[in-house]
Amino acid sequence: MTVTFTDWITETANWVFLLIAIPTLVGAFFVVTARNVVRAVLALVVTLAGTAALFMMLGAEFVGWTVVLVYIGAVVILFLMGIMITQAPMTTKTDLSQPMSMRAPAILLSVVLFGVIAWAVTVSFGAEAIPLPDQATSTASIGEVLFTNWVIPFEAVSFVLLAALIGGIALARRDPAEEEAS
Amino acid sequence: MTILQFILLGAALFSIGLYGVLTRKNAVLVLASVEVMLAAVNVNLVAFDVYLGDASSAGQVMALFIIALAAAEVGIGIAIVLMIFRNRRSANVDELDVMRY
Repeated sequence: MTVTFTDWITETANWVFLLIAIPTLVGAFFVVTARNVVRAVLALVVTLAGTAALFMMLGAEFVGWTVVLVYIGAVVILFLMGIMITQAPMTTKTDLSQPMSMRAPAILLSVVLFGVIAWAVTVSFGAEAIPLPDQATSTASIGEVLFTNWVIPFEAVSFVLLAALIGGIALARRDPAEEEAS
Repeated sequence: MTILQFILLGAALFSIGLYGVLTRKNAVLVLASVEVMLAAVNVNLVAFDVYLGDASSAGQVMALFIIALAAAEVGIGIAIVLMIFRNRRSANVDELDVMRY
């Protein structure tokens, strides 16, 4: 089923989509261009909250709340701690991006990448409609498939998290022998 | 709603994130740009999950795995940035040029 533009713009769900998508994109734009590190990381909160809202709109309630908990709750705090410890400049005077001579090819590459993806998906999907789910995917059903169909990847991810935990501690702690020598 | 609007949003977020990875000097902000790219991937996965209506919720489960792995990646990434800062007094990627020549 294809959708024409007039049909698309008169559907209320699409106005909600635009209301969420535009701040998400503006936030992402600030993440990569802001001249203050803390503002860039706080713009990341807007982007991630936007994606969480889109997930809930699509009925993926559990994934949406996981994004809020893990990304906005933990990862952003980790970024702020990283900024604090590495003593990044807090003013807007210093330029946090590369000079224009290096930015121009990056802009070109990003625009070309977006153009290629946009062209490819427009050709393959056109204006195919997806029905708005009438109810959210329940957390119980996600849990059930996670522990039946996806249990081996789930265990693998838990192992990766353990390795990351040990790796993070091993990297960030000071070597006691080195401490004594200095 | 169409599947196209979600893929286009994902593509736009991914391109913006790529621009950030290529142009940011501060290593913490490079990691933040990587997070924007991963968010784009999650949008695509969840949109396709709803589009396909798969009984095993493959897209949503994959999105959950990506969130978990991204958290691990950020933890290790920040630890490496800290290590570099401790050794070289700078977290700027353009000043890390000891292996250049």
